[in-house]
Amino acid sequence: MDTFLQQIINGLTAGSVYAVVALGYTMVYGIIQLINFAHGEVVMIGAMVAFTVINALVPYGLPPLTIVLLGTACAIPVCMAVGYAMERLAYRPLRHAPRLAPLITAIGVSIILQHLALLVWSRNVLAFPQIISSQTYMIAGAAISTVQIAILAICFGMMAALAILVYRTPLGTAMRATAQNPQVAGLMGIDINRVIAATFLIGAALGAVAGVLFGTYYGIAQYTMGSILGLKAFSAAVLGGIGNIPGAMLGGVLLGLVEALGAGYIGDFTNLCSYEALASRISDCAGGGNFVLFGSNYQDVFAFIVLILVLVFRPSGLLGERVGERA
Amino acid sequence: MKRWIGVALIALALAALPFALAQIGTSWVRITNYAILYILLALGLNIVVGFAGLLDLGYIAFYAVGAYTYALLASPHFGLHLPFWIILPIGAAIAALFGVLLGAPTLKLRGDYLAIVTLGFGEIVRIFLNNLSRPVNITNGPQGIARIDPFTLDGLNFARPQAIGGLEFSGPIKYYYLLVVVMLVIVVINLRLQNSRIGRAWEAIREDEIAARAMGINTRNMKLLAFAMGATFGGVAGGIFAAIQAFISPESFVLVESIMVVSMVVLGGMGNVWGVILGALLLSFTPEVLRWTVEPLQLALFGRTLMEPEVIRMLLFGLALVLIMLFRPAGLLPSAVRKRELAER
Repeated sequence: MDTFLQQIINGLTAGSVYAVVALGYTMVYGIIQLINFAHGEVVMIGAMVAFTVINALVPYGLPPLTIVLLGTACAIPVCMAVGYAMERLAYRPLRHAPRLAPLITAIGVSIILQHLALLVWSRNVLAFPQIISSQTYMIAGAAISTVQIAILAICFGMMAALAILVYRTPLGTAMRATAQNPQVAGLMGIDINRVIAATFLIGAALGAVAGVLFGTYYGIAQYTMGSILGLKAFSAAVLGGIGNIPGAMLGGVLLGLVEALGAGYIGDFTNLCSYEALASRISDCAGGGNFVLFGSNYQDVFAFIVLILVLVFRPSGLLGERVGERA
Repeated sequence: MKRWIGVALIALALAALPFALAQIGTSWVRITNYAILYILLALGLNIVVGFAGLLDLGYIAFYAVGAYTYALLASPHFGLHLPFWIILPIGAAIAALFGVLLGAPTLKLRGDYLAIVTLGFGEIVRIFLNNLSRPVNITNGPQGIARIDPFTLDGLNFARPQAIGGLEFSGPIKYYYLLVVVMLVIVVINLRLQNSRIGRAWEAIREDEIAARAMGINTRNMKLLAFAMGATFGGVAGGIFAAIQAFISPESFVLVESIMVVSMVVLGGMGNVWGVILGALLLSFTPEVLRWTVEPLQLALFGRTLMEPEVIRMLLFGLALVLIMLFRPAGLLPSAVRKRELAER
């Protein structure tokens, strides 16, 4: 099996989900310069609702695809309601407060959502039922499953749809205008509150679908899944240039690739036994042994390292424009 | 004269408190000790968040560094048993070094970016603690490090009860006095810093960094100093924590802990030492209060525990953060400057 191609496929799949979640961060940041810390929890709630519905529907013997679609259809409105509620109750009153105030509020909202989920679903892991008979195809020595193909297709489809929405519709124009200058946009007759609420709704809907896809891909959903997924997606948004929609897509896919390739190769690179000069000095290497400094268990570190490197060397991200200090 | 009577009364109350608590139950002394540890952490973070205005969401990493330094140098894990008065400065120095390491590349970032990077840093430290057990076992991974030495000083062993001058001093009571002394030192440092040249420089940076630089403040060094000082206090607190617990594992240094310390600072009043202490006390005693009220109440009403106190506590935390920001953004006991600043808007 070709490791390189295999990791590319895995990375693309995970990365496309990161990209969809990252869109939620980047759209909100673009419009109100708020890191919506709680977005990861919205994604988690999407996955949990969908999994609950799916597990409840399995005994009725509906076709698998219908079940998954019904689950997603229930998750989307729930997430949209959560997204709208937090914007209305927690963020809108603070729109003109110092920057750190809404950020701290967002942390609070994220804690609340996570523990409400804990109350509703307990600490148990929800498993995705074995209803989809996944087939595996071989491409040039690497395996790709139907689930992976579906995830890729759905994610890229949603990204295309969002791009059309933002760049080709009146709502999209209003969103971009508000992002550039809310005061002037308001003077031009745009109802800023509606546009911001719409941004949260769209982001939450995308997040719900992403949650279902992520849960389906890994087969499980748990109340803690939101924070790490959220952080990775945020890193992806920063990598692409936060506030920049194509940037979030690019950043998500790139982050997925970095993570997959990093996890796939770091063990080989840091295996001191593969370096001749060192191998003779380490007793563990005798007889084909290994001395791996960092294994694939460090996978989660890559996202943070990417985040820190980007912020230090190119804070505006790959596609973002340089923004000055805003008071 | 009046002032000194007040000070003497407070000192007497602090000295008598553990014996009063021990009457209710020894566990309350222990709980108080953890509350004081949180005060130490919150005061350390107050320097970074409250004085310099840099939101640090990975503060617990410094606590972890201090704790692991103590654990590695005074436990059977490496077979080292150095005395605590050697290790605590080492731990504080290493934590300060980590503070500078984190600060140096990130300080030019804007506030909210800095928050996320520090969060990432905290997670990186935790992931490393979890995984540095292979190929060379440094941190013993998720199992953590056990049988850490208690503090000992000239026959004074903090792990055992001892009678001194007719009074029975249990282990937790001795740690209590140690913690109170450390706390007082840190409180004094905090208070003295606030109105010093450094404190004023931090305040200027917090209010307007560009203007501060124009006034000739070396903003980079000042911010680094804030990070390093905050980290130092975190490291000291971590060392004491390791000694009291006698066992540490990466579980104790998760993101929620960082957020909890931030909540204490925010709830009490960023930049105000007394507010921060109040915030730390409130939040660290809530779980105990809940355990004594909510659980029996639920048992009486429903016959079983529907909501664990831990979950209620976290919900209250989240709610407190949101409500404080919405209705009293300067905290319960706001600092004078912050109050003025927020009233202007």
